[in-house]
Amino acid sequence: MRIGLFIPCFIDAFFPEVGVATLELLERLGHEVVYPRDQTCCGQPMANSGFNAECADTEALFVRNFTGFDYVVAPSGSCVHHVRDNFDAIEQSAEVKEVRARTFEIVEFLHDILKVDEFPWARFPHRVGLHNSCGTLRRLKHARPSELHEPFFSKPMDLLSKVEGIEFVTPARPDECCGFGGTFSVFEEVVSTKMGYDKVSDHAHAGAEYIVSADTSCLMHQQGCAERIGVPIRFIHIAQILNGASA
Amino acid sequence: MSTPPAMLHPELLAPSDTPAIVRDGRRLDHAEAASKPLRSRPEPQPRGAKIHGNRPVDQAEAAARFIAAPEHEKMHDERLWDLRQKRDREMHGIDEWEELRALASAIKEHTLTHLDEYLEQFEANARSNGIHVHWARDAAEHNRIVHGILKDHGAKSLIKSKSMLTEECGFRAYMASVGIEVVETDLGERIQQLDNEDPSHVVVPAVHKLRTDVAEVFSKTIGTDPDNSDVHYLAEAQREATRPLILKADAGMTGCNFAVAETGGITVCTNEGNADLSANVPRLHIASIGIEKVIPRLEHLAVFVRLLSRSALGSPITQYTSHFRGPREGGEMHFVLVDNGRSTRLGMEEFWTSLKCIRCGACMNTCPVYRRSGGLSYGATYSGPIGLIIDPTFNAHKYSNLPFASTLNGSCSNVCPVKINIHEQIYAWRRELVKRHEVPFAKKAEMKAAGALLSRPAAYRAAIAAADVALAHLPRFVIYNGLNAWGRHREVPHPPKQTFHSWHHANRGGKS
Repeated sequence: MRIGLFIPCFIDAFFPEVGVATLELLERLGHEVVYPRDQTCCGQPMANSGFNAECADTEALFVRNFTGFDYVVAPSGSCVHHVRDNFDAIEQSAEVKEVRARTFEIVEFLHDILKVDEFPWARFPHRVGLHNSCGTLRRLKHARPSELHEPFFSKPMDLLSKVEGIEFVTPARPDECCGFGGTFSVFEEVVSTKMGYDKVSDHAHAGAEYIVSADTSCLMHQQGCAERIGVPIRFIHIAQILNGASA
Repeated sequence: MSTPPAMLHPELLAPSDTPAIVRDGRRLDHAEAASKPLRSRPEPQPRGAKIHGNRPVDQAEAAARFIAAPEHEKMHDERLWDLRQKRDREMHGIDEWEELRALASAIKEHTLTHLDEYLEQFEANARSNGIHVHWARDAAEHNRIVHGILKDHGAKSLIKSKSMLTEECGFRAYMASVGIEVVETDLGERIQQLDNEDPSHVVVPAVHKLRTDVAEVFSKTIGTDPDNSDVHYLAEAQREATRPLILKADAGMTGCNFAVAETGGITVCTNEGNADLSANVPRLHIASIGIEKVIPRLEHLAVFVRLLSRSALGSPITQYTSHFRGPREGGEMHFVLVDNGRSTRLGMEEFWTSLKCIRCGACMNTCPVYRRSGGLSYGATYSGPIGLIIDPTFNAHKYSNLPFASTLNGSCSNVCPVKINIHEQIYAWRRELVKRHEVPFAKKAEMKAAGALLSRPAAYRAAIAAADVALAHLPRFVIYNGLNAWGRHREVPHPPKQTFHSWHHANRGGKS
């Protein structure tokens, strides 16, 4: 299986360890992973602000980079959501549709496609609070959102449960948005940061040492909020834990 | 009372900290009648968005002032979150909940796509029940029609129950201008009327007020003791002040939750019985009805009544579900069917399903932005998620900022009892506003620049390399709107030793 690795811009610039963990994990599972070096972004920042025409060239570049792979995998739920559900600034050729349909977020890829049932190399003896980002929760359907009367399921929880020593804590508002929201985080920065303070405090009160998520952008925002108000909590991407990060 | 530990950020106070309990307004829930707040000077109520004519409302500015009033913000957030939790409990008590939502949505979509037929059927049946039916194209016509009816009866005073439609129509202000006294009979709405402030929520209009705020309003308007914020005292004083006005009113008015085409009757749901007072005490009853309120048959009512209060307040049903099907003996009943932009909205491909809304407020209760901003920050009749998609249909310029007051988290769509895809419509409105050039030029310039940079790998790499040099600052290419807004209330990410791109080059050099 030939996998194209999509590393969104802010992960490339600020959280390379998340990209490395994703790459190593997929290689560990025996797959050929290619990182197209001309990749930049999926176009989501412009599209989410309403500027769809402005992301056409970026979307076209994305398709050029990621055509021809069996799967395209990224450690970022919101970017995958954009590619799969909103990526319509360019003409929807067969090639574009193909790339969009083959793009997966790492948790769903491990859970639904690879169906990985053990991570023998992973051990994480810590109390973690799981942050389901809104993109993964309500768009990619990683888990049952609390608003719906449906049977409980959680793909990230399924995967993390296979990690030795891990212990989950449950915050009071498990799937409340953390306030990142892409450009919302700067256009409405006061509300955004207040939501972030509340989110990290909720996890801290529940006893979490770590907040783990499949969305690095949420973690970047929460980390900034936690550091500002002095909440002693750490942040880690789910791929890092599954790849055997010790702490 | 000891001084709260001012240096400690409020978020760091454990739930068991006594000052936290006093500060967060929880006494409201657990000891409502028992005591006054311990603070000698209550926190002043933050006011809503500043309105400057037709200029775009700055929701973010008003929201920041709301958050700067921590007692109000915390009380508001927790009170509405509590409603959301009660809603969840009710939902889990009904196995067919998701089926009900799908059914409610289907009934509404069917009705909206046959709206002309059902409205005519409703009108015909109402007329045969002896009701006078009027059609109002817009708010002004609605107000003129109601005024005309009142004039015909020589009515000088009107009692009314809560109606978002009359808020939409600027009804009270109009009535004041023609010399008719209007008294709101819903307690929350009455508080807002006395404070000369719009409702902040479609179901709980004064939810943004602490009881100390209410004590202040009542002390200035109905003469209560300004230092007594005991809720029973305040409620009783209001009742004493308002009952005589209700008893002597010349006319009564209600809104309408559901208008049933096959019977020509309307249903009004309240928790205070005030619609019954408004409709039954005076001999003249006028009901203002948005044309989207019609449903085909009486049996459909059961679907909506099961969903409405559960979604709104987390109670199985409202205290009063009142059905009005004709004037009582010696009385007169008028229905005013109001369009006010609804037909236009019905023709909007991406936004017409917002007309399914039954005004339960569940989207507001669940919205993390609304809970932390207060409904008045939106500066519009409708606030919260549903407001973001309805308000721009009235005025896309004035409300051009509202669709951006969302993280697009999607919780609103999930709680919506009629399955409006609210967050998708918020997203669609952003596109629409850009198309209509209703977004600031600076934002457009930034987005154009971002698009240009992100579509050119070489330029993008150069920008990252430059950023690597000064990575202590968050570079513009990531947060397109600039560094200040990110760093004002949160830390910027720690610069790593190298980007993933360079790591990959160093460690997997040949493979790409």
